Formats: sequence, C-alpha cells, structure tokens
Amino acid sequence: MLLEIKDIHVHYGKIEALKGVSLEVGEGEIVTLIGANGAGKTTTLKTISGLRSLSSGSIVFDGKDISRLPGHKRVLVGIGQSPEGRGVFPGMTVTENLLMGAYTRRGDFTKELDEVFELFPRLAERRNQIGGTMSGGEQQMVAIGRALMSKPKVLLLDEPSMGLAPMLVAQIFSIIKEINDRGTTVLLVEQNAQQALQLAHRAYVLETGRVVKSAPAADLLDDPQVREAYLGGALGQH
Amino acid sequence: MNANSTIRDGNPLAMLRQTVVGYSDRVRDWWATAPGWARWTVYGLLIALAIIAPHPAIGSFMSPHSHWASLLFSPIGTFVLLAVGLNVVVGQAGLLDLGFVAFYAIGAYTMAVFGTKYGWNFWGVLVVGIFITAVSGIILGSPTLRLRGDYLAIVTLGFGEIVRITAQNTEYIGGARGITNIPHPQPIFGVEFFLDPLPYYYLLLAAIVLVVIFAKRLERSRVGRAWEAIREDEDAAELMGVPTFKFKLLAFFIGAMIGGLTGVIWASKVIAIQPPNFPFILSATILAAVVLGGSGNLPGVIIGAFLIAWLPERFRGFADYRILIFGAALVLMMALRPEGLLPPRRRRAVTGEVSKPETPPAGGDEAGDDRPAEEVAK
Repeated sequence: MLLEIKDIHVHYGKIEALKGVSLEVGEGEIVTLIGANGAGKTTTLKTISGLRSLSSGSIVFDGKDISRLPGHKRVLVGIGQSPEGRGVFPGMTVTENLLMGAYTRRGDFTKELDEVFELFPRLAERRNQIGGTMSGGEQQMVAIGRALMSKPKVLLLDEPSMGLAPMLVAQIFSIIKEINDRGTTVLLVEQNAQQALQLAHRAYVLETGRVVKSAPAADLLDDPQVREAYLGGALGQH
Repeated sequence: MNANSTIRDGNPLAMLRQTVVGYSDRVRDWWATAPGWARWTVYGLLIALAIIAPHPAIGSFMSPHSHWASLLFSPIGTFVLLAVGLNVVVGQAGLLDLGFVAFYAIGAYTMAVFGTKYGWNFWGVLVVGIFITAVSGIILGSPTLRLRGDYLAIVTLGFGEIVRITAQNTEYIGGARGITNIPHPQPIFGVEFFLDPLPYYYLLLAAIVLVVIFAKRLERSRVGRAWEAIREDEDAAELMGVPTFKFKLLAFFIGAMIGGLTGVIWASKVIAIQPPNFPFILSATILAAVVLGGSGNLPGVIIGAFLIAWLPERFRGFADYRILIFGAALVLMMALRPEGLLPPRRRRAVTGEVSKPETPPAGGDEAGDDRPAEEVAK
C-alpha cells in the first residue's frame, strides 16, 4: 500500500475529531472519503498532509512512518494537497501560484508548467491573471495544478466540487480521472457522494470521526444505507 | 466606479479620490515598466535629495517651527528605518506585530549599557546591539509564532510593554531614571559626532540605504516568495513545502535587527534614555506609518513614515491643535486610499479597487458569488 493510516486519533482541544480512523490507499487508485459535515473528512486529509498533528496512531507512506514529519517535509516524500476552500494565493498570478507548487524543487519548470496548462487549457489562457480575481472553478484548477507541480505520488483533494456549478464539477472530475490515468494516486474527499463514487475505485464512509463502511465504490452506489444517507436515495430512484 | 467604493460618485471626496488614486497609480505603472537606467536615475536623485535635505533653505519651508536637521534625524529618519524594519514583519510576512518598539528599546539600552558601564565604542556596540535584538526577536518569536492574527498581535503588544516595564523596574539599567551620559560615536572618516545632528543624520541615512537594499533583495529571493505565500495563506504555504514557522521566525529576526539598529544609532545621539521613550503608542505610530504608506511596498512605507513623522512637526504652529489636524489628515488619507498611499501593485488588484473600471477582471463576480455557497457547504 502506498498510504496506510492506522487508527489515528486527532483532537481539537478536548474534542476528539477523529476517533480511530484507518484507511489505505494503493498505488494508482482513486479512493474517496465521503461523509456529512463534521464527519472528519477534512481533518483526516489535514492530518495526512501534516497541517494537524495526531494524538495517536500512525501514518505510513511509501513504507516510511511519517506521523511526526512536519507538513512542509511531507511534500518532499510525495504528498500533494489541494486544500479545503482551494487556498489559492490571491495576490499571485496563475503562473506564480503554480511555481509556488514547485517551491521545494529547484531548476527549470517549463515542462511541468506545460503539463498543467495542457491539463487545464483555461489556465494557459489566464496565466498572468491574479489568483484572487478568478472564478471559483478556475481557482480550483489552480489549486489542483499547483499541487501537481510538486510531482506528488499521491494527490489529496479536499472537496474540489465545493461551490461550483454542476457543469464545472463534471469538468473537474473528468480532469481528476485524467490525472489518475497518467499515474497519480488520488485520495478524494467529497460531499458530492454520487459523483465521487462514480469516479473512485474504492470508498470509505466517515461518520462522526469513525470509518463506518469501506467497500468498492460501485458497491456503495447500490448500498441502501449509503443511498439513504448520502445519495438522496428515497427521492425517486425507487 | 466599482461596487467596492464606500464613497458615492458626485461626492467631492470621490472626485478627489479619483484624482489621487489615478495619479499614484500612473506613477506606479510607469515605474513597473521603467527601464533600468530610469530606475537608477530615480534612486540616484532620491539619495541626492536626502543628502541635500538638511539644507536650511529646504528646512525653512519644511519645518518653520523646529530645527530641521534635528527633525530629519529624529523622528523622521528613525521612523523611516523602524518602518522599513516593521514592514518586513507586517508587510512581507503578514505578521501583525504591535510591540515593535521593544526591539528599538533593546537596541537603545544595549548602546546605553555597553557605552556607559563597559566603555565600549559605538561601532562595537552596533554589532553587539544588532545581535542582541536579533536574539530577542527569536526569544519573542519562538513561543508566540504558533499563534495567528489577533492573538499574535496581543502577545507582541504584551512583549513591548514587558520590555518597557522591566527597564523601569531594573535598577541595574537605571530604573525609571534611565541611563545618562551615553557616549557619542567615535569619529569615522574624519567626521566628528558631537551635538550637531548632521553627522548622525548621514549615519542614519547610510543605514537606511543599506537596509533598504537588503530588504529589497530579500523580497525578490526565495525567502521573499515564502513570506508572500505565508502572508496570503499560511496553510497553503506549508502544503507547498514552505517551512512556515522557520520563515516567520526569520521575519521576526530580521525585523528585530533593524529595530535594534535604529535604537543603537538613536541612543548614541541623545545622551540620555528613559523607559518612557518607548511607549506603546510608538509601536502603533510605526504600524500606522506602514499601513498608511502601503504595507508591503518599500517606497510606500518610506513615504508613510516620513509623513507620520513630519506632519505633526510641520503643524507645530497650530500649537494644541496640531494633533487634531494630524488626525484629520490621517482620516482623510485613509478615506481616500484605504489600502495605503502606494500599495504593492498586486494586492491592489485583489482588493477590487481597480483603477481602470472599463476593464473589470473577468470572472471576478463569479468568485464573489460562490463564496456564500462555500460557507453553506462548510
């Protein structure tokens, strides 16, 4: 397994946000983490990328225990993240945002930039536009492209569909598929369970800080409980 | 006009604002594309202007009520150097520091203690003083930089007060009486430092030029890029592999060094220092200078510091009303130009106050529109 999370507990002060989450992501997979507000999806991702520290449990990446590694060093081992709410640097241009993604590396990044621009032609058109003046969808593209600039082995995506129009969501999801086809493993956190499950190979369902279900994504699409809770199942499919 | 304007069209203030904004934006846009030789000419002219500035002919206009050359050293010169230092912390790294006066005080006290008790010469104390304030920056920074925003501001405010009150209550450094008979710098290049403010002014000017070059080079380096990322989104910066804590500490370190440098030079001229020389209001005033000038942009910050230091002196003729006029001038400036007189080009674009209303950023409205949706989704 490329990424193994074993029984992690994370606290915000006295409140336990994650009460023993375990999950695995294999090389080449798209794994999705679905669940309601406050289930602990974002906390799980932040703990993997090192923005939150864990109280117990361990995170093993590529055979190495990275539980105590500071966040900025996890980029070096191959973890790239597009954070919740996109986190685009508002005062930098698109190109500068992308180059920040390659901050840990030195040298010439023309090739990497070209790859991102090929994946997101929209960004190529707007490479000199200031990040903060772009639309939500474009900012999401910047955030994903920026994470790719560090050449991650696993790409963590936190709610890429948040606040986007349905057409844009479909576009972003097809790009995620394309990224995965090119060989990057993806761990996707989503509230938009329907689309996430259609895209992913495997899925975990998170509820109040615990994994309550894990199965191939296609199975969960048909799972009556999941349909009921996350897919608006009772509303017409029957 | 755009939607962000708080002043309506037709209001005379709005028209005045358009003029001011238009003018300073044109200057900046010209500057951004100016060729190298033009820039160097401007740098040369500015330094030349600073060198001839103490001339009485300029002084009679700039400061009819006080001794101009003295003003140029303090408060004008010291404010400019302090503001350039604080700009590293506030403008570049985006850390709100309300206790910057502490480093100024530590620098001044280092000069006073080493000069009077150990008989050290100024140039030696200058090195030690910068070192000590840099260490104090690390001491303040390492426990507090885990805090963000308002909380950091509160802790730094506390630090500023702690330094002043400690000085007040420590007999070794004179307590409330402070320290007197601080030695002047030894002559250098045949220039004597005594009561005439001119040599001190030129010393300070040299320090300002060196520090500005240093700060400008930092801004364009990898360090500057890291600070920019931290200022704009600290979590995202960490995700890009920027060691955010280390770089925030570095900003405190460098800011403290510049504050300390100012303190050492200032103390070497004034002969006597007391704790009340370092009140909280001085930190606030320097911060006002940075914000007024345009946080993050060195020319703006320097102009801001100059105005903040100079205006109250210029209005001395109005006696008790001068602070009232000074306050009114500040309010007017912030109303006309809330992001500062000369903000950095880019941050100006983000605030939405684009000076050419006919070309609004495409997609800008969309970005605004889906924010409420995000809040709901969270």
